[in-house]
Amino acid sequence: MATVSMTVNGKSVSGEVEPRTLLVQFIREQLHLTGTHVGCDTSQCGACVVHVNGDSVKSCTMLAVQADGSDVTTIEGLANGDTLHPMQEAFRDNHGLQCGFCTPGMVMSAVDLLKKNPKPSEGEIREWLEGNICRCTGYHNIVKAVQQAAQA
Amino acid sequence: MYEFEHHKPASVADAASAMKGADDGKLLAGGQTMIPTLKQRLASPSDLVDLSGIAELKGITVSGGTVTIGAMTNHAAVAASADIKSALPALAELADHIGDAQVRNRGTIGGSVANNDPAADYPAACLALGATIHTSQRDIAADDFFTGLFETALEDDEIITKISFPVASKAAYVKFPNPASRYALVGVFVADGPAGIRVAVTGAGQDGVFRVPEMESALSSNFSADALANVKVSADNLNADIHASADYRAHLITVMAKRAVAKI
Repeated sequence: MATVSMTVNGKSVSGEVEPRTLLVQFIREQLHLTGTHVGCDTSQCGACVVHVNGDSVKSCTMLAVQADGSDVTTIEGLANGDTLHPMQEAFRDNHGLQCGFCTPGMVMSAVDLLKKNPKPSEGEIREWLEGNICRCTGYHNIVKAVQQAAQA
Repeated sequence: MYEFEHHKPASVADAASAMKGADDGKLLAGGQTMIPTLKQRLASPSDLVDLSGIAELKGITVSGGTVTIGAMTNHAAVAASADIKSALPALAELADHIGDAQVRNRGTIGGSVANNDPAADYPAACLALGATIHTSQRDIAADDFFTGLFETALEDDEIITKISFPVASKAAYVKFPNPASRYALVGVFVADGPAGIRVAVTGAGQDGVFRVPEMESALSSNFSADALANVKVSADNLNADIHASADYRAHLITVMAKRAVAKI
């Protein structure tokens, strides 16, 4: 077993994990932050996207021990109390979700995009979201949501 | 995933000795291939030696006509580097189209080159530009480095420290990505630089990345897309799978090479 310590959503946490424990398992099963989803578990669908030291990553493709000492933000860390993050608000306004399974990853990925490219074109949004798969909405309203958030 | 021990050394020397001390050790770079491989139980190393704590393996320098990239530099950093965009824009563009944004935030150049996946992008750049792979033990020319499918000249305990690319006056990379995985069905890197005119192909070869001498000589007499129009690449020794037949890949090599030259 290994001890890992990190900051998750602004709070210091630590835990005992096996080296083979994935970051997403640590987040969901030990920290009980179940907003981060596991979809494909093969690094393709993006439901598990969180931020590690400010960059979006697939938490199913990172070991918890690799995140030792890192600053992690999950979907639970975006809203400020009852006030949604502008990206969350934009997804709601634009009906950017139906079943909601992919949404945490979509939102975390889109937030990283706007940090690096505050005024993306539609093409740049679609290209950036290549690593996030949605089976409901057909992406159109997701792209509109990101465009609205970029105006906010 | 089977169990393993995790080590996080602070220097290349410590990483090499951790590898020596392990029964069946594997190096962990960004993990974007290693972790999926472990999850599928396609590998069961006794120890993983994590290179992420070694500061000397990170960073980008451009000087004296050479772009040097530390092995643990991720694809996003290469794609965003103003120095690389100015000196060797084709390399930054290649990095910007590996996998997806999240993979680029974790995946590293050293990991990609060491793994030598037959559909990876970086090996084509290394071969076309005549890169040098610097390791904990020696310097290896790209020509001697890629030895077959997932095979390289690296010894078991040998660690890539950095990769240096001579700046080419002309360079472009075009790939036909698999629509699902974004791996190259065929990717072609064309360069005219200190290593001469070179055309390197990834995604297609049964033995991994390879050069196309017929295209190189056609471009030497006439550096234009038209010069490649009649160069037919043989489908012998090309990959065939559910995504594309060997014949289709052979066809795509000419198309991608023409597009790459047209881009320059």
